[in-house]
Amino acid sequence: MTKGEIHRMTTAGTSTSGRTRTVTPKHDVVIRFAGDSGDGMQLTGAQFTAEAAIAGNDIATFPDYPAEIRAPAGTIHGVSGYQLNFSDHEVFTAGDEPSVLVVMNPAALKANIKDLAQNGILIVDTDSFTEQNLKKVKYEANPLEDGSLDKYQLFKIDITKLTTAALNDMGLSTKEATRCKNFFCLGLVSWLFHRPTEITIQHIEKKFKNKPGLAEANRRAFMAGYNYADTTELFAESYEVKSAPITAGTYRNITGNAATALGFVAAAQRAGRPLFLGSYPITPASDVLHELSKYKALDVVTYQAEDEIAGIGSAIGAAFGGAIGITTTSGPGLDLKAEALGLAAKVELPLVVADIQRAGPSTGLPTKTEQSDLLLAMFGRHGESPLPVIAAASPADCFMCAYTAVRIAVKYMTPVILLTDGYIANGSEPWKLPEVDQLPDITVKFATDAATYKPYSRDEKTLARPWAIPGTPGLEHRLGGLEGQNGSGNISSDPDNHELMTKLRAEKVQRIAQEIPPMRVMGPKSGDAIVVGWGSTFGPIHAAVKQLQKEGRSVAHSHISYINPLPSDLGDLLKNYKKVIIPEMNMGQLRMLIRANFLVDAIGINKMKGKPFTISELVTKISAIMDGRKLEAVQ
Amino acid sequence: MTTEATAAVKLTRKDFVTDQDVRWCPGCGDYAILSQVQRVLPELGVPREKIVFISGIGCSSRFPYYINTYGFHTIHGRAPTLASGLKISRPDLCVWIATGDGDGLSIGGNHLIHILRRNLNVQILLFNNRIYGLTKGQYSPTSEEGKITKSTPYGSPDHPFNPIGIALGAGATFVARSIDVENQHMPGVLLRAAQHKGASFVEVFQNCNIFNDGAFDYTTDKENKLDRQLRLENGKPMVFGKNNDKGIRMNSQMQAEVIEFKDGLSEKDCLIHDETNPAIAYMLSQMVAPKFPTPMGVFFAIQKTTYEEVATEQINTAKKTRPLTIEQLLKSGDVWTVK
Repeated sequence: MTKGEIHRMTTAGTSTSGRTRTVTPKHDVVIRFAGDSGDGMQLTGAQFTAEAAIAGNDIATFPDYPAEIRAPAGTIHGVSGYQLNFSDHEVFTAGDEPSVLVVMNPAALKANIKDLAQNGILIVDTDSFTEQNLKKVKYEANPLEDGSLDKYQLFKIDITKLTTAALNDMGLSTKEATRCKNFFCLGLVSWLFHRPTEITIQHIEKKFKNKPGLAEANRRAFMAGYNYADTTELFAESYEVKSAPITAGTYRNITGNAATALGFVAAAQRAGRPLFLGSYPITPASDVLHELSKYKALDVVTYQAEDEIAGIGSAIGAAFGGAIGITTTSGPGLDLKAEALGLAAKVELPLVVADIQRAGPSTGLPTKTEQSDLLLAMFGRHGESPLPVIAAASPADCFMCAYTAVRIAVKYMTPVILLTDGYIANGSEPWKLPEVDQLPDITVKFATDAATYKPYSRDEKTLARPWAIPGTPGLEHRLGGLEGQNGSGNISSDPDNHELMTKLRAEKVQRIAQEIPPMRVMGPKSGDAIVVGWGSTFGPIHAAVKQLQKEGRSVAHSHISYINPLPSDLGDLLKNYKKVIIPEMNMGQLRMLIRANFLVDAIGINKMKGKPFTISELVTKISAIMDGRKLEAVQ
Repeated sequence: MTTEATAAVKLTRKDFVTDQDVRWCPGCGDYAILSQVQRVLPELGVPREKIVFISGIGCSSRFPYYINTYGFHTIHGRAPTLASGLKISRPDLCVWIATGDGDGLSIGGNHLIHILRRNLNVQILLFNNRIYGLTKGQYSPTSEEGKITKSTPYGSPDHPFNPIGIALGAGATFVARSIDVENQHMPGVLLRAAQHKGASFVEVFQNCNIFNDGAFDYTTDKENKLDRQLRLENGKPMVFGKNNDKGIRMNSQMQAEVIEFKDGLSEKDCLIHDETNPAIAYMLSQMVAPKFPTPMGVFFAIQKTTYEEVATEQINTAKKTRPLTIEQLLKSGDVWTVK
């Protein structure tokens, strides 16, 4: 059965009433919901995503919310948005520009209208366009009346009034009734895109199963929106996006943070060891802590530490005791963990530090995305203190990257830094569930033989030292930050030994290159240009290069998941192209590494707006570079 | 410390001595503390491999290298963080922290109060020499006001910390004090600390004979120490002095005062020490020489649940009431199948 067949089965027997208006097939739709942070737009977006996923579309989402929890109502900085791209083909990003925009107030309109595609559908709650609300965001005239929105298909609906009217006999307060307007919107767009109503109704019943009053109110609001669209002939046409050809398997929609958490649990389970997370709350990483705190039944301890340093310190302590030690954070927290990371590197204990990057410096744009911690991850410690660095490419990819980070940490007895960022941490996409028994092996073997044990003896292949945990008779030993003699680990300030140890620590990290699969290239094996990315820019780069290839350009895309050590075949690969182009959401940090490592004159495309690349801007800029035009000219 | 006593063979002090050369300055008070700890450890009946000493940075933090158990010499101020992670994930271990006034109260002050608040079942030995020794003589958070050191040639403007007061304020369940030179007193305090279930905080007055020599001479002076120390005994009246002729009583302003046993005053007028009474513990913590004798012994000892007890219990309950496999976890949520 295909996902499409499931869709048809679900809708069979469902009355979609007397639809007589035109149904226009579409290949893909980008829709954005925007309103005050208290308007429930994240929930509406997430639920509409679930409808699309179950209908068999390929999907990608991008929630965008403000740094303030509840900024004053009606202000620009209180606007929260959720964007979904759903399609009948494979998608790689949440979409450049929405073709449908739903706004709940003037602030949401003002903040988002510039992104809406020409002739795009604009659905507006007119009830919120009061003089006061217009004034708050400095609209001198009502944009719904002054013709400024003429280039869009504007649908003015008094959503608040219609919602409260639908619920008027339920004895709810105005505030409670008004809150259901997000489900009214969901009803509207569900009709617009031919979605069956059952899935959402089931979801409402499940979500509010202990609050039957709320369940009923939201169900009614949802159906009121759906029926309103149906009976008033509001929209001249409706749209259908057919299911996408998707590899067989079991799927769930997953955010990067949830996938990161699951990757850690799966790895600890495969290793047969308890998982210890030491973490201090920080945006946008806290969801990994929240997620892991639910899995106690799988031997997961989550410890909310008093600060970032205690987060990593506790994880190192747990690793000393034989647990899978993990700490999660974002940039400012990684700064604080630097000294302890150096200790973990020196004592060679396994540990994973996940940095869910956000825009800096300092507090920066805490809810916005950036890739600006790469060089911090690489070099942000005193002394020679190299560490492996792995970066996730997409929300679902966070699972395997988290899993791999643990696998390498344990196998090589080293801390590993895992980089994701706000874009993929909060964004979601369908994830094909892995079979746990087919995941790569993670074997933990503690030292037990007192006769042969030396704290710093080394495995021939990996250079890993043995992991000997307290409780093992005869293996009592002392670890510490002071330089130790290779082999015995005893404190040593011998100059030759220090140089040897410095080289051994570096060599151990370099040997991780043997774990890295050969670089994959999408496109020609040699040619005019190769676009190289790392981390969350995978989606937009991939889509942009595909488009350029369709236009007949000789351009390839390759993605780097292992940043330290770099893949051993990367240098040769880059030589096959006339130009190497590196788009990054920073000032050119990977570019610096590539130039330093391979003496390649890589060219950067750099964006520091707290927002991911759009496909079209990459297409334009890559073309310009390939044509030898200056980038400033296209900016 | 509730680790099961399973040592089949009775260990001795020698079993806890490492082959490493001890590198403290000759005459340092740390030697005495090390020796007392090595003397007490066999008393615990805990096998060597189950004992872990964790330290930060400073003279005191070299401690783990000299004790033949598992050990971890970490980074400045952070020993409690590593000890917390270790103890939570391995409640079977007997975990000790060796720290100093700089390590524990300055750079690591935050971690110290939080490990006490959480009541992890660990022993914390804070060597207080009222100076930075390893960095060669700057004033510390316990140095007296006006202290002249390398970094304060005109005298320190800081008000010092009161370590016992901090521990009490942080909610510690066991708070005690001893002195490096009192080899009859310290073992008893250490043993009590080790036997206490929960975080035990022990301040040890320790002489740094290089950078702050004589810091505790007033209190330890052989001639007069009985007049200058108040040995705390639970349930006993607070009596001190060479001839046991002085005591502590509460005056009408609810303040401690020293009385001499004359004009009808006797030990019957003295306050009875109660280790479970936080008001008495606080009052004792504020008794400072020369106005008062310096209290020595156990100030405070109560029972509370430990962090790792609750954490372990939550895991066991979850396993029983909501068992979960990794396969089930991955498939939870809204799942759909494409064939």
